[in-house]
Amino acid sequence: METIISIKPLLAILVSLLVVPLLVLSGKRPNVREACTFLAAAVKFLIILSMVPVILNGTQIVYTIAEVIPGVAIKLRVDAFGMLFALVSSSLWIVTSAYSIGYMRGLKEHSQTRYFCFFALALSATIGVAFSANLLTLYLFYEMLSFATYPLVTHHQDREARSSGRKYLLYIVGTSIGFVLPAMLISYSLAGTLDFSSQGFLAGTGSKTLISILCFMFLFGFAKAAIMPFHSWLPAAMVAPTPVSALLHAVAVVKVGVFCVARVLTGVFGTDLLLSLNLGVPIIYIASFTIMAGSLIALSQDNLKRLLAFSTIAQLSYIVLGIGLLSPKGMTGGMLHIAMHAFGKITLFFCAGAIFVATGKKNISEMIGIGRRMPVTMAAFFIGSLSIIGMPPCGGFISKWYLVLGSLQAHQMPILFVLLTSSLLNAAYFMPFVYKAFFCRPEDAMFENKVQEAPAFCVVPLVITATISVILLFYPQPFLRLARIMVQSITGV
Amino acid sequence: MSEQYPALLVVVPLLSALVVSIAGWVNKRLCFPIAVAALGVAAWSAVGLLLRVLDKGVIVYKLGGWSPPMGIAYYIDYLNGLVLPVVAIVAFINLIANKKAVEQQFPDKIGPFYTLYLLMVTGLLGIVVTGDAFNLYVLLEIAALTGYGLLAMGEERAPLATLNYLYMGTIGACFYLLGVGYLYIVTGSLNMVDIARLLPPLYQSKAVLAAFIICMVGVWLKMAFFPLHAWLPNAYTYANSAASSLIAPLVTKVMIYVMIRLILTVFTPEFVFTTLALSNAVVWLAVIAIVMGAVLALAERNLKKMLTYIVVAEVGYMVGGAWLGNRDGMTGAILHIVNDALMTLCVFMVVGNIVYKVKGYAFEDLKGLFRKMPFTMGALVIGAMSIIGVPPTCGFFSKWYLIVGAISAGHYGFMAALIFSSMVSVVLFFRVFEICYFEPFADHHGHDNHPGGMDEAPVSMVVPLLIVAVILILVGLYTGDIVNHVIQFAIPETMV
Repeated sequence: METIISIKPLLAILVSLLVVPLLVLSGKRPNVREACTFLAAAVKFLIILSMVPVILNGTQIVYTIAEVIPGVAIKLRVDAFGMLFALVSSSLWIVTSAYSIGYMRGLKEHSQTRYFCFFALALSATIGVAFSANLLTLYLFYEMLSFATYPLVTHHQDREARSSGRKYLLYIVGTSIGFVLPAMLISYSLAGTLDFSSQGFLAGTGSKTLISILCFMFLFGFAKAAIMPFHSWLPAAMVAPTPVSALLHAVAVVKVGVFCVARVLTGVFGTDLLLSLNLGVPIIYIASFTIMAGSLIALSQDNLKRLLAFSTIAQLSYIVLGIGLLSPKGMTGGMLHIAMHAFGKITLFFCAGAIFVATGKKNISEMIGIGRRMPVTMAAFFIGSLSIIGMPPCGGFISKWYLVLGSLQAHQMPILFVLLTSSLLNAAYFMPFVYKAFFCRPEDAMFENKVQEAPAFCVVPLVITATISVILLFYPQPFLRLARIMVQSITGV
Repeated sequence: MSEQYPALLVVVPLLSALVVSIAGWVNKRLCFPIAVAALGVAAWSAVGLLLRVLDKGVIVYKLGGWSPPMGIAYYIDYLNGLVLPVVAIVAFINLIANKKAVEQQFPDKIGPFYTLYLLMVTGLLGIVVTGDAFNLYVLLEIAALTGYGLLAMGEERAPLATLNYLYMGTIGACFYLLGVGYLYIVTGSLNMVDIARLLPPLYQSKAVLAAFIICMVGVWLKMAFFPLHAWLPNAYTYANSAASSLIAPLVTKVMIYVMIRLILTVFTPEFVFTTLALSNAVVWLAVIAIVMGAVLALAERNLKKMLTYIVVAEVGYMVGGAWLGNRDGMTGAILHIVNDALMTLCVFMVVGNIVYKVKGYAFEDLKGLFRKMPFTMGALVIGAMSIIGVPPTCGFFSKWYLIVGAISAGHYGFMAALIFSSMVSVVLFFRVFEICYFEPFADHHGHDNHPGGMDEAPVSMVVPLLIVAVILILVGLYTGDIVNHVIQFAIPETMV
């Protein structure tokens, strides 16, 4: 594979790191501070965008930061999969920054400077994960993300935030130190390298049992992927301000988790090794269990953000499922779902936050008739939920379509049942809420029949993301091509 | 000039100690600049020595022109070439950072304090630079006696805690001396290289075995290797912060250096790992040290004491790594001397700043510190990350080598202990961060619950601290160079 050396990936990471001092200095002038955030977000997005043509040509971009250990450097490499993820998260950072302004100012939250600083740090780490060339670099940015998001999750600094923060650290840092770190070191001892390659580097190094154990240590060790039983930090993390839940707990943090799982399965183990050890099957059944259980639990939730959290848990496992199928179409679907789910789910979180800002309501049972008060928000919510269910006219349809094809390709018929049931369950927890929001008897409505939306900074972003969700059905090309290039480099098909 | 670096390194702080003690009677304000100049020269010489070693290889310096084995010789190879600058620079930074703290804590004892400080550093540098087993004992006592003096200048309980340390320390030093005596009896030499040359035919001798074990136990006592650690926590906790942030990073690390020197140079790895075959048992002792250090740290509700138990656990890291008996483990142990010195310095300097402002270091004194002292707390976060072992801070990379060493030695207990200790460190530090960040709780939900603005320690204390924090990351990123250009040559090629 052709590679070029360029400092661009490092710059893409550093932009949001270097903006932090500016944010601190301009802390007393919120408008200047937010302008800095926007500037950084825009520059980051443009740098990443400028690398797209090269990547679409099938070339990779590499940059070595420091040679820290013999055979292992802190090194960046941009390939199609990393680019797909980086595009999604950096573009959504711009939208979320706008939304943050509306949300944080609308609620007069405290310590906004700290909030924007750690948000920027979290984005640096996210892009770092996307562009990691080896397991060490990946681990470095993964941990950086864990610690950078802690102050965001615990933003309210009350007792509830503290206990959620504890849970967050316990699950995320506990598993990364307890599982990923030893697994990484054992892999290094076995292979003498940690660089991701298209067919992995573990083949032929250890015994069958050891490789299988390593596989599950990685699978569960990246607890940001929220695979059951390591999922319950995600509902707890919903105490964070909504923009955090939206970008981090629907896109950046959780997708970093599944991205790491996908990266390790393909780049460390390799599809051939996984197929020969038949490890794909347990992975897809673990994922299927998480999909079903997550969706079922979501059914019983009344708190809208918690419902979305459980829905996210289920949807994340779609991605793991797609990779675990180990068939070209399945993997394409899994990778594509990173993008499709991101735009759909962030819309839903934005809506939940907008409702909270405008009415102070958190629970679904208190939102009957909200469609009359906030028609734009609820229309966007409807589109977002369609995308999650996987129905046209939304992008979610495409990724699910590929997952269906992938399970056929892998001859996993039970998975078709899982996909179908899960879609029905998704519809079962979203549609009654949407229905009641618009169509309820006038005497049941809890809101006056007067349109009063959240501030424009809240509404415009969610309209944008909802629109993109729809557009993605008709123009999935950028993401689809990236996913295909990646799958082609892995499987040769 | 540069030929005299080995002498300057020790002589300048030694003589300046005398000058400072005289200057203390004349004008107290003279003490600090003299001490800074002296340690500046020492740090300069130490770095110069490292560069010369990198350039030209091992340096032999005969004190007063007397040749060994009669005279005392200083050997500077890659091992102490690496440790010397660490000792000198840590002492130098800590000296500068604590000017205000010393003035605040004992305004009328400034002269004696700096005198002891310089003598202590003389002793530590001497231990590292000397190539003579008996000379090492003398310098060990210089460092120890001045250390007792420094540590005793503290809270009410400091003298008693130090007395305890004095007993244990003296026993440790006596053990070491006894061991050296045995070696002198069987070989007739006190020069380390000379002893190493004479020993191989005597490896089966019971006297040599006794000498080795007695020396080891003495050194373990001095480095607070669990269960010989009991003197350390109280002595370090109740001392004044300027002394504890000198002694906590350096004394245990210098003793680790002595242990590694004994293993690598005096007794040779073949004897220690092949003839003795004790390594498995010692690594298990290290496992216990790590686990117990972590658990005892968990039991503390007092920041400084918690950190002292972390020091005990870290000693376990290094002893275990050195005794794994392979190259990776030894690399990890040597690298950890550097890294642990720096990160312990960082966290103890943080305690110094907190004590300076808050006059306490119990957990309940720490409430709201993220708002009050953001820079100090930022440094604590970086120090904590290094102790936890989060890349790219340096603590991660030494842990990396230690674990890789454990895997290749097949010692999974040691690996598990290191992982366990990392996880406990997360709990330890986030418990502190929670108090500093969340408390005092507001009466109602969320908004503006932490009144009061910044009340940071003086710039002269914060800037050195931040420099140390940055060094933690830089050393981490340059791990590859340190290992490839220095540590690799510090370990004999026979060790694989």
